[in-house]
Amino acid sequence: MSLKPAITDLEQLKEHPAVACLERGLPGSIEAAKFEHDEMSLYIERSSIREACALLRDHPSCPFNFLSDVTCVDWYPAEPRFEVIYHLLSIRQKERVRLKVRLGDDAPSLDSVTPIWPAANYFEREVYDLFGIRFLGHPYLRRIQMPDDWEGHPLRKDYPVEGYR
Amino acid sequence: MILNMGPQHPSTHGVLRVMLEIDGETVVRIMPDIGYLHTGIEKTCEAKFYQQVVPLTDRIDYLCPLTNNLCYCLAVEKLLALEIPPKAQWLRVLLNELTRINSHLVWLGTHALDIGAMTVFLYCFREREDVLRLFEAVSGQRMMTSYFRIGGLALEPPMDFLDRVRDFVRRFPARVDEYENLLTANPIWEMRTKGVARITPEDAVALGASGPTLRASGVDFDLRRDMPYSSYDKFNFDVPVAQEGDVFARYLCRVRELRESNKIVEQALAGMPEGPIKAEAPKVVLPDREKMKTQMEALIYHFKIITEGFSVPAGEVYQAVESPRGEMGYYVVSDGTAKPYRVHMRSACLANLQTLPAMCEGRLIADVVAAIGSIDIVLGEIDR
Repeated sequence: MSLKPAITDLEQLKEHPAVACLERGLPGSIEAAKFEHDEMSLYIERSSIREACALLRDHPSCPFNFLSDVTCVDWYPAEPRFEVIYHLLSIRQKERVRLKVRLGDDAPSLDSVTPIWPAANYFEREVYDLFGIRFLGHPYLRRIQMPDDWEGHPLRKDYPVEGYR
Repeated sequence: MILNMGPQHPSTHGVLRVMLEIDGETVVRIMPDIGYLHTGIEKTCEAKFYQQVVPLTDRIDYLCPLTNNLCYCLAVEKLLALEIPPKAQWLRVLLNELTRINSHLVWLGTHALDIGAMTVFLYCFREREDVLRLFEAVSGQRMMTSYFRIGGLALEPPMDFLDRVRDFVRRFPARVDEYENLLTANPIWEMRTKGVARITPEDAVALGASGPTLRASGVDFDLRRDMPYSSYDKFNFDVPVAQEGDVFARYLCRVRELRESNKIVEQALAGMPEGPIKAEAPKVVLPDREKMKTQMEALIYHFKIITEGFSVPAGEVYQAVESPRGEMGYYVVSDGTAKPYRVHMRSACLANLQTLPAMCEGRLIADVVAAIGSIDIVLGEIDR
């Protein structure tokens, strides 16, 4: 198994069902694409994430009906600082796709995808708890892992590993 | 009335707190509250070398430690583009399935105990003792084995290991018959579990449920068969699926999985290939002790790997495996250094726990206990 270089040219990746669906239904929502290690990552524009997810869930031939995961990576001190990542799976076609949304530092917020997949509920609460990203429209956005009165967001890169208490 | 169940409670399988809003005996609203076992493993992984993360992964889903190891190692091996030798892959499958048997035995024992069947608990733990001794033989540890390493296995298994596994596999189906004899056609068990905590397939998929929780509702999806990894495509096994989606269906699925895992272990024993158990990658995989003590390069590699780690090319990978609870995934992001930039564990139990309100609202309190047991949660994986 040799390390194949990543394919980042959107033209070459047009056959992937997720790319085709978003290019047709929501043109301009894909900021960039990357195909590496046999995995497709799409950088989605921040304001179109909910619509993009709805389109992908209702795709006619390859419905991405299973939300595997919502997580976040903190690229401090690089800007844009946060990257919220959605891992989708199509149970019928056994196809995965990764959607990434880049957010800046001050009061990062994003539309919640709980109306589309109720599975996002706990995942988004965890991202809010550990990174501080607010999900607009979430039914119950409270801290889930840390105690309710905790200050700070532990998984951010400027929060020390040893913690403050 | 609002009733608090847990975090210390014999039936919550760990430190799970469930807030029940009840009206008489009927549950009006149910709200799980987690975080009591949160130890910041994801944050700790960012401060360790890649090989130092392996023992941390054991402790996440502590009932199937080898599955966690496998998922993490597969993810990092994908980033490194390492070729794992067939013997290591087959041993990984064999131990993974023994871990599945182990985990389902705990599930069956504790679930039956919650509902009242105490004998099953002791019978299951008798078999679990055999499997734990097998793990101790191969890795030195009963539970937190850390036996799978990046690039293969940690050590060569002992010479009589496969014979001991063969012996276990020969005895095991009769034991599963014993458990089924006690439970499956038992009228008390059926009354407590049939029609209880039902979930529709659409709800299960929408809520992110996976594993037996999903398959018991009729959705035929198993990562081992549908998106195979580590030579699972070379094995013949059935994936048990049920249609009713209630506690009894989940029970049947998992008990059948015990038999299927036994079949897979038999096939692994029959067809075990020869060869090395570590990949050919001197900068990543520790050399054999004899080589390390006699050859200079091996000694230097050993020193460098242990003190400085090995750098992994920048990139990200999401590797999912079929754990006994469902889709367990590891999302590893590398920035080119020897320490992972971000390790995220997709917990199967966290998603499965979200099905609890859909299963329990409108039902009796006693059914909540059956439902929690049937989802098979492990708080280590939920809270990390």
